Amino acid sequence: MKYNKYLNPKRYINTKILIYIILIGVGYAYLYPMLYMISTSFMSAEDLINPTIRWLPVHPSLRNFRLAFDVLEVTKTFFNSVYLSLVPSILQTLSTAIIAYGLARFEFPLKKLFFVLVLLTFLIPTQTTLVTKYMLFSRLKIAGTPLASFLPTLFGQGIKSTIFILLYYNFFSMLPRALDEAAEIDGATQMQIFWKIMLPLSIPAIVTTFIFSLVWYWNETLLSGLLVGNTLKTLPLALRDFVAKYAEMFPSQIGNSTNRLNEGIRMAATLITILPLLITYLFLQRQFIESIEKAGITGE
Amino acid sequence: MKMKTKKAFFGYLFFSPWIIGFIFFTAYPFFYSLYLSFFNVRFKSTGIESTFVGLKHYIYAFRGDVNFPLALTDTLINIILSVPLILIFSLIIAILLNSQIKARAFFRLLYFLPVVIISGPVVSELVSNNAARIVDPGKYFIYKFFTTLPDRISFPFLYMFDNLVLILWFSGVQIIFFLAGLQKINSSVYEAAKIDGANSWIIFWKITLPLIRPFILVNAIYTIMELASFANNSINGVITMHMFDIDKPYSYSSALSWIYFISIAIIIAITYLLLKERRRV
Repeated sequence: MKYNKYLNPKRYINTKILIYIILIGVGYAYLYPMLYMISTSFMSAEDLINPTIRWLPVHPSLRNFRLAFDVLEVTKTFFNSVYLSLVPSILQTLSTAIIAYGLARFEFPLKKLFFVLVLLTFLIPTQTTLVTKYMLFSRLKIAGTPLASFLPTLFGQGIKSTIFILLYYNFFSMLPRALDEAAEIDGATQMQIFWKIMLPLSIPAIVTTFIFSLVWYWNETLLSGLLVGNTLKTLPLALRDFVAKYAEMFPSQIGNSTNRLNEGIRMAATLITILPLLITYLFLQRQFIESIEKAGITGE
Repeated sequence: MKMKTKKAFFGYLFFSPWIIGFIFFTAYPFFYSLYLSFFNVRFKSTGIESTFVGLKHYIYAFRGDVNFPLALTDTLINIILSVPLILIFSLIIAILLNSQIKARAFFRLLYFLPVVIISGPVVSELVSNNAARIVDPGKYFIYKFFTTLPDRISFPFLYMFDNLVLILWFSGVQIIFFLAGLQKINSSVYEAAKIDGANSWIIFWKITLPLIRPFILVNAIYTIMELASFANNSINGVITMHMFDIDKPYSYSSALSWIYFISIAIIIAITYLLLKERRRV
């Protein structure tokens, strides 16, 4: 009696409908903040006060964006953001590949210990080393310069570098040993094997690492805010200080009430901050999702 | 033999950047902050002068500080309550996304969105402008029902309702992890189970869950660390606030961060013991 419900078409369709309802319902919860952000950021001050207007602005205006653009100093902060996320993510993509290659393809003394240490570094909250990192960098006279962010990345200690090392480790471990043995017989050096054979084969891992690294560096505010934030302000950092900066640029006593900070302006600022990532994501989402699946981010 | 030493040499060569980086940028700051937490630092023209104060900072953190105990419990409760919710939710979504559905690409596009845009300032803007509150949970019967229960019982439930959207927003990477894990399960296992008459409920408990178990552990630890390091935690504010205290610069802040580190380590240890694979006898 109980065998195979999957052959029962009615039941099958019901399950499908339930799946779609859940997926769409939860999807709405994801989209809601986005939609709210977009719709609110186009609303004029009157629209925001008017309780009958919920989604569609009656007097749509770009004024919020103009104000937010100026307060965020987008022309400056955007390029800072690009600089402070692109460089470390390229360094991170390269350095973690080299490190993981050493771990995955060679046997050397204390390898197990190092592997455990790599895992353990992930378990230190950023806050624990915040103070002493700052001290170290100010003693090296690089606090406040981008080097404070780039240098650790170059040595495999960047943001969440453990995840990337594991990702590459899995990838390199899967590649057959016969490949480098054949290359060795043909007289290739270890460096040549790595550059010419292994790296080109691990494109999915490279793409995943690069995109994740880029996103995490773009969004990082805790460490970069302390280490380089005073000299090079990124978009998320500008968003963090948005309210204070706005009050400084438009003191509420002077000027009319139309310049008063409202949620429309704040939502416009938020939208501007995430827009570059959104556009990148929409362009790369196919590679992004496929490469994660191919690279098997979690391993065995 | 020569071949073996050569291999070991190249292994170290490739891996050596990590060792150097680990010593300078992880181990040194980590232990130096432990050292600092037992000392008082004073800046003099001749250099830094430190005097040993023992556990003074640690005791003060709990006995004298008004903000710290609150910020600590606040952050820890947030982590303890959010992690299981995020795990359950992301596993459900991953299973649904892994089933045969239309518009799979669209749903994935949507569900991975938070991975890309989530950051401290963005989240705090969304929260402070009520964009993260999709519906007012207070309007619903079930919410009101829980408010009538004693605080201790109702608290986790009310917390869940209040933070529903944030929990969803923190599940992006976890969904990806689970999805990758689910795709490694050979589909013939499911087919065999179906032929033997197992329903989807049994398949979930007897096949999917045991096979996905290692991923649950990895995901749980990842989630704890993600939440622990999140820039919006109230504990961050307290730690950075005390960094440049005139009477005890760096030291007190270091002590606070070590208390925090130990608390997180305990949570991770408990998680590990709960979720690790039990060897079958």
